[in-house]
Amino acid sequence: MDPQAAKMIGAGIACIGMGGAGVGVGTIFGHYLAAALRNPSAAQGQFGNLIFGFAVTEALGIFSLLIALLLLFAL
Amino acid sequence: MDPIHQFEIKNLFPIARIGGIEIAFTNSALFMLIGLLLILLLMLGATSSRALVPGRLQSVAEMSYEFVATTLRSTAGTEGMKFFPLVFSLFMFILVLNVIGIIPYTFTVTSHIIITVALALLVFLTVVIYGFWKHGLHFFKLWVPSGVPLYIMPLVTFIEVLSFLSRPVSHSVRLFANMLAGHITLKVFGGFVTMLGALGFLGWLGAIVPLGLTALELLVAFLQAYVFAILTCIYLSEAIHAGH
Repeated sequence: MDPQAAKMIGAGIACIGMGGAGVGVGTIFGHYLAAALRNPSAAQGQFGNLIFGFAVTEALGIFSLLIALLLLFAL
Repeated sequence: MDPIHQFEIKNLFPIARIGGIEIAFTNSALFMLIGLLLILLLMLGATSSRALVPGRLQSVAEMSYEFVATTLRSTAGTEGMKFFPLVFSLFMFILVLNVIGIIPYTFTVTSHIIITVALALLVFLTVVIYGFWKHGLHFFKLWVPSGVPLYIMPLVTFIEVLSFLSRPVSHSVRLFANMLAGHITLKVFGGFVTMLGALGFLGWLGAIVPLGLTALELLVAFLQAYVFAILTCIYLSEAIHAGH
């Protein structure tokens, strides 16, 4: 196989990992919203935890995107 | 239309040459200086006339102060307020550099991993040194959670140590990769607009997409600065309250 083509295919496969991060971020925000509607007075206090969970989850998706970018532009 | 071209570091003028290493004033250094000057102007301008009813500039400074102080107090407690200068400087530095980077033809300093690794290592070493200085060998309790059955303890400790050591990696790569990916996306969509523009007037309507993306980037710029600050607060809080 042509190395350039293999790189492109590899970058595409690496991006599948971002789907997992999408599921995770959706779960976090969905559960936050569900809980916030049950008890709106406690919602504001958990905003920091929400952002922390979002950041930790999103980082994993960003890692797979980084692999794709490295394959496309750096290697 | 190379989307990576915007991250190129250019030497503006050389300063010194030590051994085989050239030390030069780069566009990265220039934009760091611009960011620093903007923060200085904001803070000095806001505190020069300390009015009881704050003006526009003073309310911006007061809001950013209160924002970081509330975050720090809620995660690390009042004991954590001694680290307020560190967290506030990190937050303002990253926020201003991220926002400057959105302006076309500027350089995004935080899209270079060497900068974010330096910032993350600063936080990591502060946590380790302060933790050992304050708790001595009790700081190791951080990796040995209480209430875990003995037979599973080696595995838990191994995972805790590994996650502690990988913190500076994820802390720095998160900020760097977010900025890099965002700016590459903007550039690629900008390229799409010029391609669509060749089709005629209707094609130029595609220019609305990068506009929305820029708004999203503005949100990401703020969010990543906030995330960096809140993770710093959480790590510092563990160093302050280790073994509880």
